[in-house]
Amino acid sequence: MIPVEFDYVKVTSIEQALAALKSGGEDSKIISGGQSLLPVLRLRMAEPSVLVDCGGIDEMLGVRDDGDSITIGAATTHHGVMSNPLVQKHALLLAQATATVADPAIRHRGTTGGALAHADPAGDIPAAALALDTSFVIAGPGGRRTVAAKDFFLDYFTTAVGPDEILVSFSIPKCDWGSNYSKFNRTAQAWAIVGVAAVVNVQGGVIKEARIGLTNMAPTAVRASTVEAALVGAASPADITAAAMHAADGTRATSDLHAKADYREHLARVITARAVRAASGI
Amino acid sequence: MTAALETDTALGKPIRRKEDAHLLHGQTNWTDNIQLPGTVHMAILRSPMAHAKITKLDVSGALKQPGVVAAYGAKELGDLNGGVPCVWPVTDDIKMPAFPALAIDKVRQVGDCVAVVLATSVAAAVDALDSIVVSYDQLPAVTDMEAALESGSALVHDEIETNACYVYKMPCGDYEASRAKADVVVARRFINQRLIPTFMEPRSVVAAPMGMSDEITIWSSTQIPHVLRVLLALVTGIPENNLRVVAPDVGGGFGGKLQCYREEILVTNLAKKLGRPVKWTETRSENMVATHHGRDQIQDIEIAATKDGKILGLKVTLLANMGAYLQIITPGVPLLGMFMYPAIYKMDSYDFTCTGVFTNKTPTDAYRGAGRPESTYAIERIVDELAAEIGMEPMELRKKNWIKHEEFPFTTVAGLTYDTGNYEAATEKALAMFDYDGLRAEQAQRRAAGDPVQLGIGISTFTEMCGLAPSRTLGALKYVAGGWEHCTVRALPTGKIEVVTGTSPHGQGHETAWSQIASSILGVPVEDIEVIHSDTGRAPYGMDTYGSRSLAVGGQAIKAASERLVEKARVIAAHQLECSASDLEFVNGSFQVKGDPSKSQALGAVAFEAFTAHNLPPGVEPTLQAEATIDPEDFSYPHGTHLAALEVDTETGQVKLRKYVCVDDVGMQVNPMIVEGQVHGGVAQGIAQALFEGAEYDDDGNLLTASLADYLIPSAADLPSFETGSTVTPSTTHPLGTKGVGEAGAIASTPAIINGIVDALRHLGVTDVAMPASPQTVWRTIQAAKGGAK
Repeated sequence: MIPVEFDYVKVTSIEQALAALKSGGEDSKIISGGQSLLPVLRLRMAEPSVLVDCGGIDEMLGVRDDGDSITIGAATTHHGVMSNPLVQKHALLLAQATATVADPAIRHRGTTGGALAHADPAGDIPAAALALDTSFVIAGPGGRRTVAAKDFFLDYFTTAVGPDEILVSFSIPKCDWGSNYSKFNRTAQAWAIVGVAAVVNVQGGVIKEARIGLTNMAPTAVRASTVEAALVGAASPADITAAAMHAADGTRATSDLHAKADYREHLARVITARAVRAASGI
Repeated sequence: MTAALETDTALGKPIRRKEDAHLLHGQTNWTDNIQLPGTVHMAILRSPMAHAKITKLDVSGALKQPGVVAAYGAKELGDLNGGVPCVWPVTDDIKMPAFPALAIDKVRQVGDCVAVVLATSVAAAVDALDSIVVSYDQLPAVTDMEAALESGSALVHDEIETNACYVYKMPCGDYEASRAKADVVVARRFINQRLIPTFMEPRSVVAAPMGMSDEITIWSSTQIPHVLRVLLALVTGIPENNLRVVAPDVGGGFGGKLQCYREEILVTNLAKKLGRPVKWTETRSENMVATHHGRDQIQDIEIAATKDGKILGLKVTLLANMGAYLQIITPGVPLLGMFMYPAIYKMDSYDFTCTGVFTNKTPTDAYRGAGRPESTYAIERIVDELAAEIGMEPMELRKKNWIKHEEFPFTTVAGLTYDTGNYEAATEKALAMFDYDGLRAEQAQRRAAGDPVQLGIGISTFTEMCGLAPSRTLGALKYVAGGWEHCTVRALPTGKIEVVTGTSPHGQGHETAWSQIASSILGVPVEDIEVIHSDTGRAPYGMDTYGSRSLAVGGQAIKAASERLVEKARVIAAHQLECSASDLEFVNGSFQVKGDPSKSQALGAVAFEAFTAHNLPPGVEPTLQAEATIDPEDFSYPHGTHLAALEVDTETGQVKLRKYVCVDDVGMQVNPMIVEGQVHGGVAQGIAQALFEGAEYDDDGNLLTASLADYLIPSAADLPSFETGSTVTPSTTHPLGTKGVGEAGAIASTPAIINGIVDALRHLGVTDVAMPASPQTVWRTIQAAKGGAK
């Protein structure tokens, strides 16, 4: 299909971007990689009057070391993120999750920040961001603010980023725990039916702490907090399986062509156990 | 025996395809690349409802939009709203409702064409669709075939007063007698689900009046330029001699472009009416609802056998979903399968009944294999179930019942005569490549250990009927066309060769393979041969490409025409060399006087003499060309043994295909590399039916799998490396000994996968699994067998 007619503005700074969003009003939309937005436009499911291209803003590109954390520009491509040495060293889970997004062509154009701001409940990045305690820098007319991961994802395709705001970057505290992202899907390029992002702190063969993010088990990515609590002290596969039985607790799984809710809940339990075992080495 | 034809010519060599360089370098000429001055672009308003009365349609608003040249509903189009043709009325009393290009008063499927806008740009045309006013009064949708046949069902076509399109019966022998004699009768219902032929290049058509002449040229992404020309002439009333149809580069078809589509009719008629080029290219969203679908049969199959595994008889009762309308061969597709349910097995009786059913869904028609994947699936599944029922190893049961190689030619219970085959050889080779015994041992070990990941081995020993078709057979089946193929071979004055074929490749590699055949006879290098095809202006005679017919039928015409050209050249050469024609032998492209190789004349030199015509023998006409139109003696019957090893994760239901071995016998091979490519693609497509693909509708007739996000097509990442092999049992009804290979893989692989899944889970009580065997479906099947959650 062909999108409805729209204006296109390429900006080179956050200030220009905010100005362009303001002048475009409610019908303006940010684009960087376009891998989620363009299909929506082509299907005429959205009809923005202006697209503000933020793909060329230097501040939104690349990964930097901030001491205790790393900061990733929101317009960095998935490929740029997953192949970055800082990400691989300090936020391996993010690299693991990013590597499962769609296919290489899409990963070379699509941006990780874009995927976070798009907040598709079936997207892989939000669950990893939750498990990694990511914080988000959002610029708006009133200046900049930082939002914690738990406050970032609000609903289906809805985040704390307002219509007149831009996600500039996101920061991840350095994490050297064992990690794993297990994506359950039907074909390599398909969205996750369920995904589990796990980081696990193992000391002497015993799990001291775990953080688990779930993909596609609710309107947003969610933490499996009951599992996290139950995993403390786990030291055997049986312990992990028992803890993972709580993976669907408090979730709001939906039904679609590929999975009804009860199957999705079952998968969450099975895949959570597998992801934790892979992350912990237990 | 080697896989190749054993000659010292290009024949049988795995040479690289001539057509690939331009494909790989982006030099292709897709229909959508054609940009003619003054073109108007057509956009189509399609029905969002499966069944509804059109209570209001006003296109006038669209006419006021920028760039819009014209807009039409059925009323405005009047006589130009030509009906989509069906050429296969399978029974005398078949119901054939009208299929206007634009719906008249009623829509009967999501995607039905309601109105069109023509504008100077695609964007303007699409935008203007929003200005058409249309209202619908929704009617109950007919979506379930069995419910459709119940009295009181809503009707897809009121005027025919039933949803049954036809009932076709073919009783062979006395099945009831076989059943009475049998120790064991196993019955199953299989659902051969609806598939969408998702070729890479969406359909596209351009039609243009060609200036000073009355000719209209139609470029279409079609498999059948020749057949399309005839049908467009009949439908539009434009004289056939004023129509030229060209299929430029065509990016796949799989049967989906074996059609005369409503969009092709509309574009042709509107180009004539407006006097300027008209173009339409489908979006992928349109493709999913408006390109014909495939399969969609409910198969009730019953097999009667003795307790020691001798098959006595087979009964097949089909419901075949026609969809909302009949397209080119919609009713006939199940009949192509009808002959093949008995497959490779000997039996006393076979009873076939098929009821075609109208529903408010996209019409079905040919899709890679067309009827034969359905039949192969059902017979190969039921044979496995019979083996389980009587406690026999499934391969042993097959061996006990298949036609032995020394029994060919063999006339089957369905009345076909298979010329040759060697199921023993293909199976033996496949088993050796597969490590069958080793995998069975691993399977036993995993079962004993209660491993959450179980191993299954799936078998498919298939045969198929291809090379459509002997014209007399088609006539007997009420198909309104022949099955011949044509070729003209020309030696040009400079010694280059033109092979003009009536086949129409869309990815198969005809340019290479046809050059190899001609080269082997003419002694001219492959690179000096140009294959001309897919253009009724340059290659006027042909029946096009489908049903694995191009080599099996068209190849015969190339061979015959090439040989006739050599014979004409021999007469000229003899005159030049002042000897008798019988004194000449034709060696490596040159006529030599027997016993005196110094006296010779190359074919190119003969061609030049034929061109200048200064010194031709009396009675010989200038120019050097020959033609042949061949009607095949019979179908050909490729066969093979396909074996799949797959792991089923019983905790999630996910199936992982670990190993896939196939040994195909497609007779003599012109180019083994092309054969292997065809097998790989076909196998992948058949696996896709088993595991991934399935068109799903809701009760209102909305297609739920309407995009590639929901209609899952596997990529290379989802499949293992296939291990392919071949045996060569030449066809005796074909002068080159070749059979067909285009559909074999897709026909064979689907039951191998499902048999493998059931084999992995049979000890858990599983006796069948629905297609596509998605993780959820497999998991629920396991739960149901355990007596747990459904």
